[in-house]
Amino acid sequence: MVSSPTTVPGRAPQRGRARGRRGRLGRLVEPTALLAPGLIFYAVLVLVPVLLVGAYMFATRGRFGGVEWTFTLDNFGRLFDPLYLDVLQQSVLIAAAATGLALLIGYPTAYAISRLPVRWRTVALVLVVVPFWTNFLIRTYAWIVLLNSQGLLNDALVGTGLIEERFTLLYTPGAVVVGLTYAYLPLMILPIYAAVEKVDHELVEASANLGANRFRTFLSVQLPLTLPGTITGCILVFVPSLGNFVIPELLGGGKTVMVGNLVRDQFLKTQDWPFGAVIAMVVVVLLLLLFGLQAWVTRRVEGAPRG
Amino acid sequence: MADTVTDTASTRRATTRYRPRTGLGWLWLPLALCALFLYIPIAVLVGMSFNDGGSAFSWDGFSFRWYAELAGDEVLRQSVLTSLMIAAGATVVATVLGTLLGVGLARHTRSKALETAAMAPAILPDLVLAIGLLAFFFVAGIPKSALTILLAHAAFGTAFVVAVVRARLTGSDASLEEASRDLGAGGFTTFVQVTLPSIAPAVVAGALLVFTLSLDEFVIAYFTAGPTTHTLPITVYSMVRTGVTPEINALATVLVAISVVVVVVAARAVRRTEKS
Amino acid sequence: MKSINRRRTTAFAAACGATLALTLSACGGDTDTGAEEPAAVDTDADITGQKIVVSNWEGYMPEDIDALYNEATGADVEITYHATNEDVVAKVTGSGGDGLDVIFASQPFLEAFAKAGLLQPLDTDAISNWGNLDADIADLTEVDGQAYWAPYTVGTTGICYREDLVDEAPDSWYDLLTPEEQYQGKVTMMGTQRWAVLPAQKALGFSANTTDEGEMEQVKELMLDAKPNLLAYDDSTFYERLISGEAVMTEAWDGWCNYGTAENADIKFVVPSEGSDLWADGMAILKSSEHLEAGYAFIDTILDAENHAWVEENILYNIPNSAARELVSPELVEQFDLLGERREEMLTGENMTDVGDDADALYNKIITEVSAS
Repeated sequence: MVSSPTTVPGRAPQRGRARGRRGRLGRLVEPTALLAPGLIFYAVLVLVPVLLVGAYMFATRGRFGGVEWTFTLDNFGRLFDPLYLDVLQQSVLIAAAATGLALLIGYPTAYAISRLPVRWRTVALVLVVVPFWTNFLIRTYAWIVLLNSQGLLNDALVGTGLIEERFTLLYTPGAVVVGLTYAYLPLMILPIYAAVEKVDHELVEASANLGANRFRTFLSVQLPLTLPGTITGCILVFVPSLGNFVIPELLGGGKTVMVGNLVRDQFLKTQDWPFGAVIAMVVVVLLLLLFGLQAWVTRRVEGAPRG
Repeated sequence: MADTVTDTASTRRATTRYRPRTGLGWLWLPLALCALFLYIPIAVLVGMSFNDGGSAFSWDGFSFRWYAELAGDEVLRQSVLTSLMIAAGATVVATVLGTLLGVGLARHTRSKALETAAMAPAILPDLVLAIGLLAFFFVAGIPKSALTILLAHAAFGTAFVVAVVRARLTGSDASLEEASRDLGAGGFTTFVQVTLPSIAPAVVAGALLVFTLSLDEFVIAYFTAGPTTHTLPITVYSMVRTGVTPEINALATVLVAISVVVVVVAARAVRRTEKS
Repeated sequence: MKSINRRRTTAFAAACGATLALTLSACGGDTDTGAEEPAAVDTDADITGQKIVVSNWEGYMPEDIDALYNEATGADVEITYHATNEDVVAKVTGSGGDGLDVIFASQPFLEAFAKAGLLQPLDTDAISNWGNLDADIADLTEVDGQAYWAPYTVGTTGICYREDLVDEAPDSWYDLLTPEEQYQGKVTMMGTQRWAVLPAQKALGFSANTTDEGEMEQVKELMLDAKPNLLAYDDSTFYERLISGEAVMTEAWDGWCNYGTAENADIKFVVPSEGSDLWADGMAILKSSEHLEAGYAFIDTILDAENHAWVEENILYNIPNSAARELVSPELVEQFDLLGERREEMLTGENMTDVGDDADALYNKIITEVSAS
C-alpha cells in the first residue's frame, strides 16, 4: 500500500489547516513582505523624483536653482520655439544615425560570431564586451585623441597620401555619432547575436531546399525571426544615445547641442529647472512611444500565425 | 534500414545548393572591421600610456612614469575608494530589495502594472532619474554626499536584480516550494531554504551586475554627488575636461586589464556551472 | 540708485527664501540688506583642529596650501575643485552650499551670490593682510558699501595666439569672430556665459555689462555668424590647443596665456583695439559655513605677502597685492611681460560686474541659442 505523501505518521496534513488558521489576510503576509520593501524604496527614490520633475514643469525658476511654486505654462511655450525643436530634431537624427551605424556594424558581426566554431564564440563575445567594461569616459577620450587634427587618424590619412591636408574630424556632429556608436555597439551586438543563434537552422535549410537562394532566405526567414532581437538592440543603443550629454560635449566641442546637453545645462548651468523638466519629459514621452512600437512589432512577429 | 536512411539523407544533401553552415565566407570582413573599430582606440590609449612625453600626439620614448604618477595620485585613489564603497553599499541594498521584489513578482502576482513599475528605473533614461533625484534631495533637504549616490545607484540597480531573478524564477516551476509548504514549512523558511538556494546563481549574477554598473556609472553620480564627493567617473570627467596627461591613458590600461580578467573569469565560471 | 538696489535685493531675498525654505541651507536673505553688518569675528579664537572645505579651480593655488595654512593657524583645509563658475553656482545652490566653507569664483558671480544673501559679509578689519591689497581693486569687492569677498587675481581677456602660425598679429575681436579663411576652424572662443559674449559685445562697441535687449540681440547675431568658424567653445584647454597647433588663435585670459608662453615662446597675447574687460577672481565665505574664524584665517593666509607672491610666481596671473608684488622674482616679471611691463595695460579694461537676475537670464538664453544653432 502506498501511503499518501500528506499522511506522514504523527503529523496531520498542514496545508488546509494552516490556510484556514491564517485566513485570507494571512495569505497576504508573504507577498507583502516580499514586494513591499522594494516597492516602497522605488516609490521614494524613483516615483517621487519623477513626479517632482513632472510638477516642476509647471513652476517658475528660482535664480540659483530650485523653483518658485508659481504656476505657469510658460515653460511649455518656450519649448515650441523653433530653436529647441531643432535641438530635439538634431538629437533624434544623431541618435538615429548612431543606431543605424551600430546596426550596420553590429548585425553582420553578430551573424559572423554565430557562425564561428562554438568554442570561439565565447571568446568573440568576451572580446566584444571587454571595451564596454572600460570606463565610458575614457573610451570617449580615446576618440578625442584619434580624431584630433593633430591625431593619429589624420596622421594615417595624410601619411598614406589619401588626403592632402589635415582636416578636423573632431568637434563635428559626425564625431558625436561615431562616439555614440562606439559607446553602445556591444549593446547592439549581444541581443542580435542571441536572436540569430536561436534561429532554427532547420528552417533555413528548409527554405534553401525549397529553392530560395541565400539572399532570399535571409530576407524571408532570418530577418523576420531576428527582428525582435534587432529591435531590442536598436532600442538599447537609441535610448542612451538620445539622453547623452557627455559625448556631445566632449566630442562636439560645445558646438553640437543635444537634448541631454540642454537638460544638463538647465539644471547645472543656467539653473532653469522648470524648463529642463519640460525637455526631460518630452524625451520620456518620446521613448515611451518607442517602447510601445517595439511591443507592437514583437507581438506581430511572434504572435502572428505563420503564413 | 539505417543505411537506406543515411543514403537518402546524403543524397539529398548532395543535391541541395545549400552550403554547410560552418565557415564565415565574406563575413570575415565585417567581423574584422568591427574588431578594428572596437580595439584601435583601446590600442591607442594603451600605447600612449607608455609615452614618455606629455603630449597625446607625439611619441617621446618608452617610460612607466605615468603609471608611477597614477599610483601616487591621491585624488584618484580617494575616488576609487569612494566608488568602491558606494558600489558595495548599493549592491547590498539592491540585491536584498531586488531579490525580494523579484521573487514576489514571479510567484505572487500577475499584475503587469507591478512588473512594469519594477523595471521602471532601468527603462527611464538615466538623465531623467538623475535630475529627478537632484530635485528630490534638494526639496527634501537631504545634503548631497556619497550616501545620496549610494541610494540613487541602489534604486536603479534593484531593477536589474529584479530582472535577473524573475527571469530565473519564471522559467522554473514552483513545485519544490509547494512541496516545502505541504510539509509544514512556513513562508519564511521556504524562502530561505528552498527558494533562495535555487535562485542563488541569479542573485549572484544580479549583484555582480549592480556592482559593475555602479562603479562605472557617471550621470546619476554627477547629479547627486556632494561638493566634495568624487567617484572615479566624476574624477575622470574633470580630468578629461580640463586637459589631460597620459596619466589617463595609464588609468585606461589598468581598467582594461582588470575588465579582461574579470570577464574571462566570469565566463569560465558560467561555463562551469552550465556543465555541472 | 540705492532704492533700486534695495528693491532688487528684497526681490532676491524673497526668491531665495521661497526656494530654499525647505532646505537646510542658511539663506540669510530675509534681512533687508541695505548694508549688511558683518558677523562678529573673534580674531584670537583658537581654531586648531577645525577643518574647512575650499572649492577652487585646479592648479590655481599653492600646492602646499594645506601645509601653509596648517602651519599658520593649526587648522586643516580640504580642497575640492570646480572647472567653471557655473559649477560653483551648482555647488553653492544645489545643496545650499552644504559642505563648503570658502569658494573661489569670479566677480560677477560673487556679487550675485552676495545679493542673494549666500555670502558672509566681511569685516575687513579682522583680516590683518587686507592692507596689502591695491585700494582700487579692494573697492571692487563692495556691494552696497559692504565687502563680501577678497580679491585673489585680476586680469583681462584677449586673444592668445601663435605668432608663427599667423601672417600678422591679430588686433581686433573681429580677427577671432570672423577670421580669414585660412584660420577658419582653428580658432576657439570661451563658452562660459559672460566671456562668451564679451568679444561680440566689445566688437560692436557695447558695454560688457549691458542689459539692453536690443544690444544683446545684435550680439547674438554676431555670435551666430561666428560659430561656424570656430573649432570649439573651450574654457579650459585652449592653451594646449595652441601648443599642439590645433588652434592658432584663442580667446583667453592673460594669465592662461602665460602658461602657453612658458611652453612655447611663440605664443603671444594681445588686447584687441576695441577694448576688453577687467575681471577679478576672489574668495568668499559662505553664509552656511560653520567655521567663520577658520574661513577668515584662510583668506588672511592667502593675502599674506609671501603666499600671495607664490600665487603670481606659480600660476602666472596678476595679483592685486602690492606687498606681495615686491616679493615676486624679477626674472619672472622679465620673462612674462604681462606680469611686468605690460601689467598696467592688463588693468585698463571695463570692470565686469553682475548684471542682475533678468539680464543674467537673457545672457544664458543667448548662449543656449547660439550653441544649439
